[in-house]
Amino acid sequence: MELSQMTALELSRNIRERKISVSDGVESVFAQIRKKEKKIHAYLDLFEEDAYKRAEQVQKGIAQGIYTGPLAGVPIAVKDNICIKGKKTTCASRILENFIPTYQAEVIDRLEQAGMILIGKTNMDEFAMGSTTETSAFGVTTNPWNTAHVPGGSSGGSCAAVAAGEAYMALGSDTGGSIRQPSAFCGVTGIKPTYGTVSRYGLVAYASSLDQIGPVGKNTEDCAALLQVIAGHDQKDSTSLRRELPKFGLTSGEDLKGMKFGVPEEYMAEGMEEGVRNTFLASLKLLEELGADVEFFSMKTTEYVIPAYYIIASAEASSNLERFDGVKYGFRAAEYKGLHDMYRKTRTQGFGKEVKRRIMLGSFVLSSGYYDAYYLKALKAKAIIKKEFDQAFEKYDVILAPVAPHTAPKLGESLKDPLAMYLGDIYTVAVNLCALPAISLPGGLDGRGLPVGFQMIGPCFGENTLIRAASAFENARGTFPSAEKGGIKI
Amino acid sequence: MAKIIDDETMENVCLLAKLSLEGEEREAARAEMQKMLTYVEKLDQLDTEGTEPLSHIFGSENVFREDEIVNGNQKDAMLFHAPRTKDGQYHVPKTIG
Repeated sequence: MELSQMTALELSRNIRERKISVSDGVESVFAQIRKKEKKIHAYLDLFEEDAYKRAEQVQKGIAQGIYTGPLAGVPIAVKDNICIKGKKTTCASRILENFIPTYQAEVIDRLEQAGMILIGKTNMDEFAMGSTTETSAFGVTTNPWNTAHVPGGSSGGSCAAVAAGEAYMALGSDTGGSIRQPSAFCGVTGIKPTYGTVSRYGLVAYASSLDQIGPVGKNTEDCAALLQVIAGHDQKDSTSLRRELPKFGLTSGEDLKGMKFGVPEEYMAEGMEEGVRNTFLASLKLLEELGADVEFFSMKTTEYVIPAYYIIASAEASSNLERFDGVKYGFRAAEYKGLHDMYRKTRTQGFGKEVKRRIMLGSFVLSSGYYDAYYLKALKAKAIIKKEFDQAFEKYDVILAPVAPHTAPKLGESLKDPLAMYLGDIYTVAVNLCALPAISLPGGLDGRGLPVGFQMIGPCFGENTLIRAASAFENARGTFPSAEKGGIKI
Repeated sequence: MAKIIDDETMENVCLLAKLSLEGEEREAARAEMQKMLTYVEKLDQLDTEGTEPLSHIFGSENVFREDEIVNGNQKDAMLFHAPRTKDGQYHVPKTIG
């Protein structure tokens, strides 16, 4: 098997069995990068020299029994809103163009303790605001399945890197679908964990009550292994949960007999592309063949999730992004008259359109006279949406949903109409509003050969149920092809 | 009926957002905000009578820990990132006349 086609767990197993060296894995990643990166542009920064040095260190560490975990020696890419000490962290924004953090995210410490190798920082929508990775200030990333299309977003670089074999796995962040949607568009697997499971320390905040870091990988087992590495309480993040962590992964011989899956019938409404609908229905059928009980039910709050999400997310964004003012770090406008003009010119020149749009909407909904009508109303809607999910989980183990109404759009098509782009988040944002875990995995390809993903959504702390169910599905579906090989029939 | 974003509201939003949008960019931003606000008013159809606003799914309690220093003095590293510094301080435009 070609090295770059291996899963992360296979790579690490081969390293432990001394069939290959840690450097071989690193070399396979950089060989792919040399081959494909010019077209894909998944990365904003690469750490080639560091990676080889680190590979030697990890090789010794494995021999000495320091790194004993299942991902030791695996190269990993990191979304550019997660701080690595001494490395530029730009959030794909001009305003942070030259920002080099003096500290690093808790998740990065955990990757290092697990003996993983940092390969580089991946492209994203500016401050994670967007669904295409086209709002990046440093150029677009393309979809490895078809480079005329977007990879999705906002973790588009992370998902494209994994799909192109330019990384074995990656970290993304998910505020309204930013791991799940690009995973679906790029034919890879991603998990958005229960809120509070993974520390947000060192993640540049977009909407703090919704943001979670999560794994992106070639399959569910890889994602489960990476989730195990990054999950856990961290006293540096006050929203980090003291949750008793299970061993994320499979127990042998799983089938889906007796499991109840619910599908909100509102999710099947018009507006869904035929390729997405057909693949989704085929995936439901496959789950039934595996013994699962799949039924449709009504989720009446569906039409309210996008308005509630965009009000809450924009409100939090306007507050979180207040810190970028040209004083302590980053960009400052060249010409200004006095302090306030300096703030305003710096931010106007430093932020891109989409970021400004959300800061303005957020400032408006929090402003005197409108707070109750918009922000408070959205928080009440959130309570009602959560209640409906709670009720659904009394009946179902897992809720099944598409990830997006369409497959990856062509480059340059989405930003013309921001509202239309927001509407594409219909299946993903409720998960963040309700703090739920969800996995996005590939179900098949549409008529144009673009990947179609679907989601399994669980109740809070239900990651392992999702991992079991997703693995059973994968076993029945067979290995999803890589972007290079293409083509699948289910 | 959606709130109409007039000049005054737009100026107030720009002030709160610390942005100075001019000309076409300002007009485009106004139009987009208007469209978005009209859309989100869909929430008015949802009966929230008697529902408490929900901020934190897992509740929000104060989290305490001992106030121990775990990092050293990083003043120089911090100042290194500032666009302008002077005498070991952040340098900002004059704020008091």
